[in-house]
Formats: sequence, C-alpha cells, structure tokens
Amino acid sequence: MNKSNGKGGLSRRGFLASAAAATTALSAPAVLAEGRPRVVVVGGGAGGATAARYIAKDSDDAVDVTLVEPSRAYYTCFFSNLYIGGFREWASLGHSYGALAANHGINVVHDWAVSVDRDKRSVGLAGGGSLAYDRLVLSPGIDFRDGSVPGWDLSQQNRMPHAYKAGSQTQLLRAQIEAMPQGGTYCMVAPPNPFRCPPGPYERISMVAHVLKQSNPTAKILIADPKEKFSKQGLFEDGWQRHYPGMIERVGPDFGGGNVEVRPEAMEVVIDGEATKVDVCNVIPAQQAGRIAALAGITDESGWAPIVPHTMESRADANIHVLGDAALQGDMPKSGFSANSQAKVCAMAVRGALTGSTVFPPRFSNTCWSLIGTDDGVKVGASYEATDEKIAKIDGFISQTGESAELRKATYEESLGWYAAITGDLFG
Amino acid sequence: MARAAAGLLAAALLAALPAAGAGSADAERGHALFQQCKRCHQAGAGAEHRIGPHLNDVFGRTAGSLADYRYSAAMKAAGAGGLVWTGATLDAFLADPPALVPHSRMSFSGMAAADDRAALLAWLRGFGGGRSDLPSAEPTATPEEYGLDPAILAIRGDPEYGAYLAGECITCHRADGTVEGIPSITGWPPDDFVIALHAYRQGKRVHPAMQLVAGRLSDEEIAALAAHFQRAEDDP
Repeated sequence: MNKSNGKGGLSRRGFLASAAAATTALSAPAVLAEGRPRVVVVGGGAGGATAARYIAKDSDDAVDVTLVEPSRAYYTCFFSNLYIGGFREWASLGHSYGALAANHGINVVHDWAVSVDRDKRSVGLAGGGSLAYDRLVLSPGIDFRDGSVPGWDLSQQNRMPHAYKAGSQTQLLRAQIEAMPQGGTYCMVAPPNPFRCPPGPYERISMVAHVLKQSNPTAKILIADPKEKFSKQGLFEDGWQRHYPGMIERVGPDFGGGNVEVRPEAMEVVIDGEATKVDVCNVIPAQQAGRIAALAGITDESGWAPIVPHTMESRADANIHVLGDAALQGDMPKSGFSANSQAKVCAMAVRGALTGSTVFPPRFSNTCWSLIGTDDGVKVGASYEATDEKIAKIDGFISQTGESAELRKATYEESLGWYAAITGDLFG
Repeated sequence: MARAAAGLLAAALLAALPAAGAGSADAERGHALFQQCKRCHQAGAGAEHRIGPHLNDVFGRTAGSLADYRYSAAMKAAGAGGLVWTGATLDAFLADPPALVPHSRMSFSGMAAADDRAALLAWLRGFGGGRSDLPSAEPTATPEEYGLDPAILAIRGDPEYGAYLAGECITCHRADGTVEGIPSITGWPPDDFVIALHAYRQGKRVHPAMQLVAGRLSDEEIAALAAHFQRAEDDP
C-alpha cells in the first residue's frame, strides 16, 4: 500500500489538520484499511509514541496504527526539572507529532480516550467517535490518588502545584519559586512508592536549590517524605551538602514525614500535627495508572495494570498491552527510558502477532540521569529480563560519591545526548 | 576570538616546520597524542578508512571529499561550503569538533591545549606530500589486544536481529549518527564494532552503561549489531 498516494494517506493528513475533522472521520481508518490489522495506541508519551512509531516503521505499512493523544505538542516530563533549574528552555522540551504522521503514516488523533469496550475491541473518544482495534496499546502514564494528601485535590493544583505531568504545572511551579519572598520556604510533599521517576523529586529539590542559591540564598527547602529511603539518596545528600549546605531539610517518616496535611488557603503544611507556613508548596501525591487503564478494567487492587513480561500484554486481556508508568511489571523503575524500552518489546510482539514477523527474545534496560548542580550529573542504570513472574533485574550500576568533576560533567553531557537521542527515537 | 587566534598561531608555527616533521620532538609527542585518535583513524603506509577516514595527505584536502569514505551529511556539506583542511582549520576542529562542523560523526570532545594540537598536527603533517617511505599505519583495533579468537570476527551477524537489538542502543546513541555527549556508532566497520563491544564485555573499555549492555550480549548478538550498524544513517 502506498503511503503517500493511497486514500488512507490523504485521510491521515485530514486528521492532523483539525480535531473536529478527526472526530467526524473516526470510522474512516477501519473502512479504508480493510484487511490491514489495526493497532490503537492510547497515550503519546515515551511508551506510546515509541510503540506507535516502531509498529508503523517496522511493519512497513502492513499495520494500521492510530495514536490517540489529547496534546498537540508533547512536553517531556524527563528534563522538566532542568527547566525549573534554569538549565533548559521550555521550548526545548516540546515535541510535535508531525513526523509520526508524515514519516510513518500514523493516524494521530488529538482526543481523549474515555472508554474501552473489550468485547467489541473498540476505544471510545471524548469527541464522540470510536476506534476499532485488533490490538490496543495503553500507555496512559499516571494519575493521582484521591485523598493521598489530606487537604489537597486537583482543584488545588494552581495554589499547590504537583508539576508531575510536564506542562503548565511545571511553568507555574517555576514562576512560584521565582516569586518567593527573600528567606521564604519551598516545601515538597514527596510521594510514597511506587511513583513516576524515582529520582525525580530529589533532582527537583536540587534544581530548586540551585535557583534559590542564586536569587534567594536565605530561602529554605523543606521536604516531607513518607519514604525511609529514596533513589540515589547518598549521591543527592552528598551533592546537597557540597552545593547547598544548610538549605535543605528532609523530614522522613520517623519524624512524621508520612503524616502530612496541607491547607492550601492558608498556605500551610501540617507535618505530624505541627503547622508550618510556606511560600511554595509542591504536592506530589500518591499515584496510580492513568485512568483509562482502570476504565478498561485491567488494573488490580494496587491501581496499576499487571502485564506479561515477554510481550507487555495485560494479564487481564491478551488483546491489550500496557506500557510504562501504568504497568505493574516488576523491577523496572517508572521512567521514560523504561517505557521506551518496554515499547520496543511490545512493538515486536504486536507485529509478530498481527503480521507473523520474527519475534526475538525480549530485552529491557533503563538508565536515569539526574542533575544535582551545574555540571554535576549522576546516573543509575540496570538491565532486565522477562521471567514468568515479572521483569526482573539482572545487573546494574550507579554513580559513586567522590567522583571527579570531569566525570560528573561528562555524565551530565551524556544525559544531554540521551535526551536528543530518545526524543528522536520517540518523535522522529 | 581566542580560539581563532590560537589557530592562526598554530598555523604559523606549523608553516615554519619542515614538511617532513615526523622526526621532531613535537611530532614525537604528536604521535603519542594520536593514541586518542587511533581507535577511529589510521595514518601511514596502507592506511584505510575505518570508523573515521584515513588521515594521509589531509592538509590541503577539502573536507568530506574522499570518494570512498561515507562521510556524514554535515561533513560533506562543510566541504561543499568551502571548508579545506589547513593547519588553522584542523586546529579549530580538533579544539572543538562540533563548533566547526556541527552534527558530524566525529566522536571526540576536543583537545583543549593548543600546544597538544600543534604537536599532533606536526606529526600528522609527516603523512603528507605523497611520501613513499611512510611508516606502516597502525591498526585501529586488533582482536589480539583483547585476546579475541579470530573466529569471533568471522561470525556473520543477522542484520534483522541486529535491527531489533539496536533498539536498545539508539535510545542513547542517535540513530542519525550525530554526536552529542554520546559517541556516534553508525557506519562502523564491523571488526571495529565487534572488538569495541568485546572490550566492554571484558571490562577493558570502561563505561558502566556500556559494560552492562555488552555484558549480556552473546558473540552472535554482537555480530548482529555490527552487521546493523555497518550501515550509515543515510544508506538506503
């Protein structure tokens, strides 16, 4: 089938041109693509964009791929802390879906997926249409758990931002930090496990400290943390001592860090019964799989969606695959790198199932870089394998305290290269 | 400005050297500095293109102009735009490769010291002028360095499997071959690729992520990846 001259190709361009056109033309792909197996991917982040791109690219147009994503431009959660720290321009985090449509013939539908009919194998859209699928890939990221931080719900996100889905929340948090009074207090309510990007809250603390050290050196940073330990803890605490001595206080669970209430109207944080007035309050609530996973009925009591490691298929429905943060998969951290890695395994399995292409053994890997201060980058990484029970860690590495400044700078520069490479792998 | 001045100074110094500078003390030091380059480049009698092009007669050559080497689009464009390798331009390129030619495949972060660059260029200048008495080119990498059985280099990799395995590589190494904090791995001769990955697998090349990745690749998987990355990014 010819991508540029076929009727399907023209229809796809139409989809891109207008959201309204997209919702009225929704039945079109199934008609035009008669005979081609249909894959619908929900969520255009690290997992979904990779899966859509690899299935389309590697199947050489043999599979009809539709990507459902409400945002017209994707702003990466990874590296959004660097924007808060002033190391990255906002625009540099934004990526268009244009190349996925133009280079790979993917139907990109800007809409919300609001339901899944597993018997009819159909996804319902907020705009009113529906999309039939042979295989559905859900990569919806995270949603927040109601009530996990008493006093906070989504209606308070403008007073007390989470900034844990990149976008206007990230920009708001940075603006609030810049507007803090001299000597003011930034407070983070850190999330319980498991959550997106395990080093993320602590890289953010580093970036907030970096900004305050320059513009507001008497400001304080307070972390209320329900966890005993956190990712790269030794590296972060060593870095905070070196770069931001005396600025950061972390209240762990032994001192009530897990017993927190917020009062958005009064801008107060109550830790173990003691109220503190703060100037910025960054509430990162407890998390669960993005809502569509629960609506599809494939999450368990944990709030995440269990998967079969060899294919990333849902354990509840073999026609649905779940990627990235939303998946309950075992040992991999919830990261963009992990989602990208899982998506390649999933794409191969989906193609194999639909077109009979070769299915090679699954391989998974992850590396998470974090920036602690200027040219002070650290990383943690591991390789993983599929077992019947879970995605299991094989081996790993982590940066060490006391590394040379030269190595830390090279690690940071490596992270810049990784960002360029993975975003090309997602959206190129 | 400072860089340009340093480059001109180096060029002036080089111009004062005899063409066959290979015997000078500076050139001796340049030979030692070339160890940083030799994983990719060869110079001398029998020099071949490897990961990078051979460096015989590089002075006076238009950038990206050797017909039998697969340059990056960026390097070819630089040559088409008039870039000719002289003492001054080579000095600027060695100081900061992407500053002179953005998006080339040259995986080198730069040589900061002007006197090091001058010494290296003095040594390289000895491989010009069509001399017939050049010392033999040193190999970029040999299986003997890592005790590799030559049979490992003889394995024919499955490019389809390599394309799948490469998914793990291109999360960090850009598929378009551009260098940005992480080396380019496209368009490599398979032998160099296989030897490099075995060197990581043996822990003799040091990088924690690469040792982790290579540590679980079989000989056949390394060969498959080499077959895949033999392609340059713009090969059909």
